[in-house]
Amino acid sequence: MSEDSKNKATFNVPIGPVHPALKEPILFTFKMDGELVEEVDFAPGKCHRGIEWMGMRRNPVQIVHLTDRICGICGVSHSLAFARAVEQIAEIEVPERAHYVRTIIAEYERLQSHLLWAGVAAHELGFDTLFFLAWRVREESMDVIEYLTGNRVNYGIVQVGGVRRDFTEDQFPRIEASLQYYEDIAAKLLKLFLEDKTIQIRCKQCGVMSKREALELCTVGPTARASGVAMDVRSDSPYAAYGDLDIAPVLPHHYLGLTNGDVYDRIVVRLLEVVQSVDLIRQCLANMPPGEVLWEKKYPKILAACKKATGEAVGRVEAPRGECLHYVRMDGNPSPQTWKVKASTYSNQLSWLKMLKGEQIADIPIVVASIDPCMSCTDRVAVVRDDRTDILTKADLHRLSVEKTRRLAQWS
Amino acid sequence: MRLTKAFNRSLWVFHLNTGSCNGCDIEIVATLTPRYDPERFGIKLVGSPKHADVLLVSGPVTRAMADRARRVYEQMADPKVVMGIGSCMSGGVFYDSYNLVGPLEEHIPVDVFVPGCPPRPEAIIDGVVKAIAKLERLEGEGK
Repeated sequence: MSEDSKNKATFNVPIGPVHPALKEPILFTFKMDGELVEEVDFAPGKCHRGIEWMGMRRNPVQIVHLTDRICGICGVSHSLAFARAVEQIAEIEVPERAHYVRTIIAEYERLQSHLLWAGVAAHELGFDTLFFLAWRVREESMDVIEYLTGNRVNYGIVQVGGVRRDFTEDQFPRIEASLQYYEDIAAKLLKLFLEDKTIQIRCKQCGVMSKREALELCTVGPTARASGVAMDVRSDSPYAAYGDLDIAPVLPHHYLGLTNGDVYDRIVVRLLEVVQSVDLIRQCLANMPPGEVLWEKKYPKILAACKKATGEAVGRVEAPRGECLHYVRMDGNPSPQTWKVKASTYSNQLSWLKMLKGEQIADIPIVVASIDPCMSCTDRVAVVRDDRTDILTKADLHRLSVEKTRRLAQWS
Repeated sequence: MRLTKAFNRSLWVFHLNTGSCNGCDIEIVATLTPRYDPERFGIKLVGSPKHADVLLVSGPVTRAMADRARRVYEQMADPKVVMGIGSCMSGGVFYDSYNLVGPLEEHIPVDVFVPGCPPRPEAIIDGVVKAIAKLERLEGEGK
């Protein structure tokens, strides 16, 4: 090798927004040094639909169905977080049974989401046989979700004040059959994903994030837990029926004996959470109290209660990808005065910059997929006009957030 | 241009997300997995629009993606068919937004609409069958 080629300058590789490796539009720019990633930049925002804007022109009962469509994979988490925020403001008491129905459907959502991710991860590694297997296994949970709610995706089951459908005793055998199916196949899935030599070689010591970095970057959900941060909204500040259930955060050292914070650990955490979800659904079925599932059957009465309400509240939910947070502020009008959604990928996406640094170009797809990104939950828009630029510094962001907080305080 | 017999039997599909909520995208992938398995008919996702016969578009068309949708459409070789997946192609819950420039047919011609939020995999397969009928018609006209 000549002296010249050794001192070659770095070059930029743009990927996206439409690219076969990406499931959603996002633009990455990789600064490459040979095969190694030196620096990463990404430009999200291609999926921004202005949902908060639309929501601030609709009433809470309409918004619940809009929240389902923030994300087609974790829709229940969003509608649950929003409903919880509105219920706190309007002081609506949710019936006990509705809490259990919400918990069961949220756990089914986690089941299908994690299996979906496991399939996508296998696909990004080039292991398509495993991708097809994981998605076939996932279809069982889709069948049960359809059986219980009437739709495979975007179930529309959560309503302000409870749920729109009850689960009856005669549906329990079908649920139990699916839980049995997952229990039987869990060991096989763990073996296929975790003991396979190719996956071990590709994923171990790849995309590493230490516990300290995970805390500093404010990561949430399985991404944080895989780095050893014992954090789970379900056990830290229980909502729905989680307070009655036996639940603890899943950490990789429970299975491996140690925590590395690599891609392999993220697979471990998500697969173990599938097993945990099966256990949680079974606990819910055993303890389900009788009674109503909706605070008030007549929707105009729910709307009237929301219209009278004033105040602000935060709804926090552990979505399959991590904490999902909805801030709602009502001021006595039919539609909320402020509605802010913070999805889990919004917290997790900055960890890409850390994880991808120094990785091989071939490992980019699996490292990017390892935080289970969901751009449609996350995408924001920045107004660029007059003299403002689209690059904001820390000081700019601080100034903007102070301005917004002042604006909110003035309204009240 | 005459279509060959081999072309008839294998439709290659390119999927474009124009700001969808992932619901349709996941159902499109679920359609391709073993439960429904259209790959036995030669239908599969490809990585480049230049290889594709069918363009599957999902999402309510955000401002940033409208131009990309046109460019992807122009890159595809004739004869081609565009399928719009999901209700937000023509209505749905997304309206009154500053960042949506849909519906899709204002940007590129759409041949088959598959309604549903999201449509079931069976509905998507039905849409593909209609797309095949359209391609056969194009073949009959000798285009």
